[in-house]
Amino acid sequence: MTTEVLKAPLVVEFPFTRSLGPVQSAFLTGLREQVVLGVRTTDGRTLVPPVEYDPVTADEIRDLVQVAPTGTVTTWAWNHAPRRGQPLGTPFAWVLVRLDGADTALLHALDAPGPDAVHSGMRVRIRWAAERTGAITDIACFEPDDSVIGGEAADHDGRFESMVTGIVASARLDYTYSPGRAQTDYINALAERRIVGERCPACRKVYVPPRGACPTCGVATAEQVEVGPGGTVTTFCIVNIKARNLDIEVPYVYAHIALDGADLALHGRIGGIPYDQVRMGLRVEPVWTEGGRYPDHYRPTGEPDADYETYKESL
Amino acid sequence: MTREIAVVAFAQTDHRRTSDELSEVEMLMPVLHEVLDRTGLKTSDIGFTCSGSSDYLAGRAFSFTLALDGVGAWPPISESHVEMDGAWALYEAWTKLLTGDTDTALVYAYGKSSPGSVRDVLTRQLDPYYVAPLWPDSVALAALQAQALIDEGYTDEPALAAVAARSRADAQANSHAQLRGSVPHGEYVVHPLRTGDCPPIGDGAAAVILAAGDRARELCERPAWIRGIDHRIEAHSLGVRELTDSPSTRLAAEKAGAFERPVDTAELHAPFTSQEVVLRKALRLGDDVRVNPSGGALAANPIMAAGLVRIGEAAARIHRGESDRALAHATSGPCLQQNLVAVLEGEPRHVQ
Repeated sequence: MTTEVLKAPLVVEFPFTRSLGPVQSAFLTGLREQVVLGVRTTDGRTLVPPVEYDPVTADEIRDLVQVAPTGTVTTWAWNHAPRRGQPLGTPFAWVLVRLDGADTALLHALDAPGPDAVHSGMRVRIRWAAERTGAITDIACFEPDDSVIGGEAADHDGRFESMVTGIVASARLDYTYSPGRAQTDYINALAERRIVGERCPACRKVYVPPRGACPTCGVATAEQVEVGPGGTVTTFCIVNIKARNLDIEVPYVYAHIALDGADLALHGRIGGIPYDQVRMGLRVEPVWTEGGRYPDHYRPTGEPDADYETYKESL
Repeated sequence: MTREIAVVAFAQTDHRRTSDELSEVEMLMPVLHEVLDRTGLKTSDIGFTCSGSSDYLAGRAFSFTLALDGVGAWPPISESHVEMDGAWALYEAWTKLLTGDTDTALVYAYGKSSPGSVRDVLTRQLDPYYVAPLWPDSVALAALQAQALIDEGYTDEPALAAVAARSRADAQANSHAQLRGSVPHGEYVVHPLRTGDCPPIGDGAAAVILAAGDRARELCERPAWIRGIDHRIEAHSLGVRELTDSPSTRLAAEKAGAFERPVDTAELHAPFTSQEVVLRKALRLGDDVRVNPSGGALAANPIMAAGLVRIGEAAARIHRGESDRALAHATSGPCLQQNLVAVLEGEPRHVQ
């Protein structure tokens, strides 16, 4: 029998807060002020964008220079289908641009009508973003420019009013998560108020939740075994801090529960009993709420406590 | 002290566009079993285990720890992981064997690109201050390199198309490959690269067993001895690098001993047609060298495993007696930023 594996959207999103060193701080603050800075290497080359250590000698470098907002395309690539987060929403060219006065090239976008209007060696200039915060995106993009090569690198102290010392770089990636065959079967069974594990063909241990492999033997598991619903608390802790977005009153008990027939304890919340009366050996069973696809918590069954010998292997 | 170390077995999955019916460990396990079966070893016989993968492909932190279920990590084993292509995991295992601590090592790598958008995912490995905020995708960066090569007269679009055609024709003989035979060269993805110049996006895994000295001879009829292996990196800023060349590949090859004698086979990890042009030049490969008989990364490019597959394919050719001295290359990062070169040899065969 093959069942359709489960799938769900998974979004990973994070605002990375990054601090800047002295050179990056000067460069990005400069962009906010429409000034492009580079840094001189030990052998006298000018790097734009600037870095704090010489890529050849690894010497710490701090000598800043100002370069021109005009430059020459060293290579390019036409992007007819811009993707999320890229500098322009209309088709554009990715370009490496060597700004006048610099010896290295900066990666950015070039706004041009089409690939026929772009070539290596063409002259371009910076188009500044209307609102600038001290980030590489303060350069909105480059645009074609007919100027001749102009501008020598000139010394600059890198100081501006209210220096930018950090950036927040937002990142978002979209996935479609699938838990694979074994966990799909487990999750589907939970929705039917059954708990299924898988038995290792070699050591005969029953794993729940199953992940399709026996971590001891390193072999695939496939034989499904229904376990529980009853189980035994093997160990537990009392949670005293309320988690954000969690609608459970503290203190509550979180426990390891060895379901009958399973060789591995799973974990779950214990309800239906005062927190200070939960104990090792307590017999519990899962509780599904109305329409719930998985057990909300476990509650005492009222049976006598299990003998330690019966669950010590699952601790 | 030098210890002789060899690749004694190699296995890989069929590489496919999606494998969402399988978790990572479910995808990986058949490959682990196959490579162990080839040598008759059990997981408990393995002295050191090292793996390569990336959490960013799955979008889940520490996803690689679940893959350990596939190698039987109880009782405790000696294990390590690199957040890189498995070729670098092999490098770590090789150094471990050099120490004499153990005689055998299992190296595996896997990547499922299907859950996410790999072009976007790979932007997260870029310089986070100046480059990543612009979200230049992996094809765009390769296209900048390709245009630089065209501008310098090192190649042109028909020559790139020929690289693609040759790779996928060779892949006909590789039952694991994802793209085989006559594949349309297609529309531009990012000019000047067309779909045919780009690798397929897919899921796959690979595993290799290394063994030292006589242990290798016991486990394999004709071990693929690692004569040298080295890896080098270049500046992360693309505008600092000479994109039409790969000095790091050349230096790694030199340190690995690749230039001491000619090789007959080269498995190059060149996900884009234009990168094969760069690598052939950097490695000074003549037309007499068989390049990517497996079809290379243009036929199957499971991210994080494709480099290990190159070493495995080169070794397998030596195992089968189809090569005597092979070069294997792996890359990581945009526009061939990091490069690893291994030189593999079979023992000389008596002339009939």
